[in-house]
Amino acid sequence: MNMKSDDIILSGKGVTKIYGFGPNRTVAVDHVDFSFKRGEVISIVGESGSGKTTLAKMLLGLTSLSDGQIYFEGKLRDIRTHRQKREYWKNCQAIFQDPFASFNIFRKIDAVLLDCIRLRHGRRLPDEQKVEMMREACRFVNLKWEELTNKYPFELSGGQQQRLMIARIFLLRPKILLADEPTSMIDACSRATILDMLMDLRSEIGMTPIFITHDIGLAYYVSDTVYIMEHGRFVESGSADDVILRPKEAYTRRLLDDVPKLHEEWDLSTV
Amino acid sequence: MRYMLGQIFSSVRFRIGFSIFAFILLTVLIYPLIITEPPLKTISRGTFLSPGIYVNVYDSIGFSPQYTLLLDGAAERRIAAKLNADDRASMKEWLVKAGLPEESIDTQDTAALLEVWHANFDPTIRLPGMTNADRNYYIRLNTALDGLLATEGATIAVPDATTGALKEQAVVDQTSYVNIYEVPNSRVFPLGTDNFGRDVLTELVAATGVSLIIGFVAGTVATVIGLLLGLISGFLGGFVDDAIIFVTNLFTVIPSFIILILITFSIGQDKRGAITIAVVIGLTSWVWTTRAVRAQVISLRNRDHVNLSRLSGHSTAYILMADIFPYIASYVVMAFILQVSSGILAEAGLSILGLGPRTTEVPTLGLMMNWGMIYQAHILGKWWAYFPVILVIALITFSLNLMQTGLDRVFNPTLRE
Repeated sequence: MNMKSDDIILSGKGVTKIYGFGPNRTVAVDHVDFSFKRGEVISIVGESGSGKTTLAKMLLGLTSLSDGQIYFEGKLRDIRTHRQKREYWKNCQAIFQDPFASFNIFRKIDAVLLDCIRLRHGRRLPDEQKVEMMREACRFVNLKWEELTNKYPFELSGGQQQRLMIARIFLLRPKILLADEPTSMIDACSRATILDMLMDLRSEIGMTPIFITHDIGLAYYVSDTVYIMEHGRFVESGSADDVILRPKEAYTRRLLDDVPKLHEEWDLSTV
Repeated sequence: MRYMLGQIFSSVRFRIGFSIFAFILLTVLIYPLIITEPPLKTISRGTFLSPGIYVNVYDSIGFSPQYTLLLDGAAERRIAAKLNADDRASMKEWLVKAGLPEESIDTQDTAALLEVWHANFDPTIRLPGMTNADRNYYIRLNTALDGLLATEGATIAVPDATTGALKEQAVVDQTSYVNIYEVPNSRVFPLGTDNFGRDVLTELVAATGVSLIIGFVAGTVATVIGLLLGLISGFLGGFVDDAIIFVTNLFTVIPSFIILILITFSIGQDKRGAITIAVVIGLTSWVWTTRAVRAQVISLRNRDHVNLSRLSGHSTAYILMADIFPYIASYVVMAFILQVSSGILAEAGLSILGLGPRTTEVPTLGLMMNWGMIYQAHILGKWWAYFPVILVIALITFSLNLMQTGLDRVFNPTLRE
């Protein structure tokens, strides 16, 4: 694996998203600069409405930019045509917050996984090889393909669905993975499993995970670099230790205070 | 699929609506197999024959076996049919005016009444306050009273071909009967005949079929246009959305029935077939489907499963068909059912105004009402020429709407009781 410390995989300059116009004008993301190093675990932390999900969608290319540029592997990202988008999505994938809403309820699990194989390898693969790939992906996330085939995603539990999502990523092997609150909708026991799997997957396929989260504890637990986002801007960024153990901004300190602690009375005054 | 059908049929509303609709549909399909006569064939001379069984008189007196039945009250019923209560009252009125004491006349006792009548009636007498029409009526009545109380039968005679002398052929007694099933020619008109002398029931069944086809074609056209525009406008957004919603708003503010009238009028009578009318109806009624589909697509397009499908590299067309359409399919089916029912109503409305399909080929429910109206069936009291048509239109739209609300309750769990 080629992991130079100054190898920038994704960077942005003045990235802005404005919704509406006139009196309805809302600046969701306001001239944000960033550069994500290859192989690092990055977290973007902010409370609800801070613009982190909009930023994630722009990074994924699901939403257009109102202003600014995004550079992928040093080159200006160009995803105007559908073909270019497909190329980009081979390298940049996502895991969404709500596993129950992430799957089309009319399509079977096999179809979801076969989509990934088709995107990465094209159509010309023998069926046995496809099955073997699906089996391997399921094994990686501790699911049995034999039990999943011909089933619908909604027949699984939330944790299983999120693991199925990771199996997708395993098949696609992207360079960047945007995980938008990947553990917020599942129970605490599955949470650690999911995070461990994502970390295993990172070392397995050498991708750069970007966590979008409101949970600063999670950010500290997993990431190398942390960006703190407030009202569409990055107010603080740096290594996880710097930002979280020695916060400079009041907003960061408030986020830290909101993390529930086991042996202290909860302070609900800021909620 | 099977589970869903079970769910749908568990709704009482849907079951009732489906039964009515299935009955109408089966009638339309099966009836022409039994009665193969063309629906627009003129059968009767004379218009608006009332519903009933028509037995050939010539066959029944000449060629069918005759039976003697001794039934009580047969003579009374015969006399009552010839001389009804109104005529009796008129007779009494004449006699009283002619100077007879009122108490001496008993209208119930036919024999006594006739005796007094024959003794006193004189067509030449002009009573005060009697119009010419009244006088003629009494003369007609007097003629009709001849042989009223006769008990002998009637003689059937055939003129001799060369001499012209009448030759007795058969005698029909008052107690003679024929079995309708043994008379070679008889015809049942369950709903009578219309102004052109056509069998209303046969015509109605054919018209129902044509109207259903018009409804389905109109509904399909409207739903396809509405669905496509709604999907495209809602999913693509931006300029395309603005353009489509602009046109849609234009069509929303102009009442569609007026556009419909203008288009059908400009097509011209000779070019208006049933299917043309159906397509025109469809072309003017897609607006609400577009708006509703667009609204639903806008709420769907930013859902995670759509984003995931895009990330999997699917094309826009595939996403619309696989990730958006199934989620709104239930709504589209319901909208389609309503479009069918409003299509049938729109055709009826157009035809009443005389803008329906041209009248030479097929009947439609609207055309039947139009004919009924033009030939004044409602003024003449010929209810069978228009009321069954209204009933069928009401039943079709009622059953379709009932099915729709039934489906609504299955697909929208919040509406369930």
